[in-house]
Amino acid sequence: MGDLQGAQFQATVEAVRPKPDYIGNALRAFLVGGLIALLGQGVTEYFLAAGYTTPQAGARAAVVMVFLGAILTGLGWYDRIAQFGGAGAAIPVTGFANAVVAPAMETHPEGTVMGTGSQLFTVAGPVITYAVVAGVLSALARWLVLGG
Amino acid sequence: MSYLLAFLVGGGLTALGQLLIDGTKLTNAHMMVVFVVSGAVLTGLGLYEPLLEVAGAGAAIPVSNFGYVVTQGVLQKLQAEGLFGLFSGIFSVAGGVIGAAILFGYGIALLFKPRG
Amino acid sequence: MATRLGRRSVTFDRAPAIIETANLAGAMEFDGPLGEYLQVRIDDPYLGEASWEKAESRMQEEALRAVLRRAGRQETEVDLCITSDMLNQCTSCSMALRHLDVPHLGIFSACASLTEALYLAATAIEAGTAGLVMVDVCSHHESAERTYRFPTELGIQRPPTAQWTATGAVAFLIQAGAAGPRITGATVGRVIDAGITDPYDMGSAMAPAAVDTLVTHFREFGRAPDAYDLILTGDLARVGSAVARQLLREQGYELGDRYSDCGVLLYDAERQDVHSGGSGMACSALVLSGFLMHQLRTGRYRRILLAATGALHSPTTYKQGESIPAICHAVVLEAEPGGAGEGEGA
Repeated sequence: MGDLQGAQFQATVEAVRPKPDYIGNALRAFLVGGLIALLGQGVTEYFLAAGYTTPQAGARAAVVMVFLGAILTGLGWYDRIAQFGGAGAAIPVTGFANAVVAPAMETHPEGTVMGTGSQLFTVAGPVITYAVVAGVLSALARWLVLGG
Repeated sequence: MSYLLAFLVGGGLTALGQLLIDGTKLTNAHMMVVFVVSGAVLTGLGLYEPLLEVAGAGAAIPVSNFGYVVTQGVLQKLQAEGLFGLFSGIFSVAGGVIGAAILFGYGIALLFKPRG
Repeated sequence: MATRLGRRSVTFDRAPAIIETANLAGAMEFDGPLGEYLQVRIDDPYLGEASWEKAESRMQEEALRAVLRRAGRQETEVDLCITSDMLNQCTSCSMALRHLDVPHLGIFSACASLTEALYLAATAIEAGTAGLVMVDVCSHHESAERTYRFPTELGIQRPPTAQWTATGAVAFLIQAGAAGPRITGATVGRVIDAGITDPYDMGSAMAPAAVDTLVTHFREFGRAPDAYDLILTGDLARVGSAVARQLLREQGYELGDRYSDCGVLLYDAERQDVHSGGSGMACSALVLSGFLMHQLRTGRYRRILLAATGALHSPTTYKQGESIPAICHAVVLEAEPGGAGEGEGA
């Protein structure tokens, strides 16, 4: 039997396999990610106009965006937005909400404890873990070097 | 102007994430971890805050901001409480998003059924 | 008795016949190019059940009962029932078979399970260990996504090499000396790992296994590809079948128009958002149960080679960085001699 597994096979696969549409995917991600950020800006401006400070308005806007991501996931729309927008839908905080809701609603048949309760962070967990680890190390380093 | 900058920076960051996925075969989960860690490191270097001031939601909505809020919380508490701030500061600013994600996530997950 | 041809091939001299088939399929499959050959359309992917897994099990049970009903046979007449599915521990068949009184063997070769089951059914009939054999395989798009990949509502963009797991349950009844398309031979596959690690490119991962089995089949049977009206691989889809075609060319086999793939045939990739094409146990099984059975019964095709392919990874092996092992089992299917449409074929 000839070369079904070696370098020649890899070359054949590379020649045949369709490449991702790098430019098109990046443009669609730009559009979706940009529009979600635009919406976030609008919500932030609303809270700023209501008299909150910038950090307060930002924190409130983030909560509103989490709600939007969660409800769109519940309605079954967020996976479609993501099929179009890729990282443009995954990276915003709405995508974080999607990553929390999607596994939890799917595991509902396994019960509200072993299912929904335990599965909220099966996908989003690494983001929290690494934010905490990197955030603590980064803050500690800055504190030690600059004293804040 | 603030809207335009939010759109451009938010779009630019997510397009960067897309190129990372397509170009390196990183999974979504890996790409998101890269973003939060980058957010934390840039905050430590004092670079994320200027980006937020310029881009507003364009920098606050991407998940890299989660690295920023954790770092920011720990820094504030380190200054206020000393070393215990390493623990108490983790969710002092970031807690809102986590809390919202748990509450809304749990509620929605109970109310809706996946449509496939 | 069966006759062995070389180490991996065999001819079934009693020519066990596929006497009846039943299938249920989802809306996507019905809307595809082969929809007109399918039987029962499932518009609610839950089938009224509470979970994807229960839905799949329900689908499986309905296919088993339907094939008996269509053939006018009782479950107590079945000597052996061979089933497979893609959930963890093959639970969708086991749950379904709680309600049937049949001697049961559960098997797993991922999407190559269909031809593995047909091979085992024919072998049992040749050996005289069973008279009437039931074969049933099943896959369900949403439960497979959950098992192999991600929650269905998670916002993940599927790349162009990704395949769409077919929703369907398909059952066959096989018996020697009865009317119907015959299983006249088979070539058993071996596990081949070409080093592909991307679970969104299973077609490329499985292509070498398909080529290995096809080339071995041609050599051990002493047949050229033109001995077949149609050579079908199962679930390589567009990317994988293009790789397979190129690899076969490098091995000196030019298959031309007589070669296609079940993952290419089941959906219209231009119109349906299935990326590279179909996959899942139901993919090749729906193509066989619908389109191919029709073509064999009417004599449009006299002899076909069905080489179903399976990707044998699990989510755990994938996360541990293992590449994807693959397998392909081929069965020869022939129209009944003197059956309807005799002389029309190639």
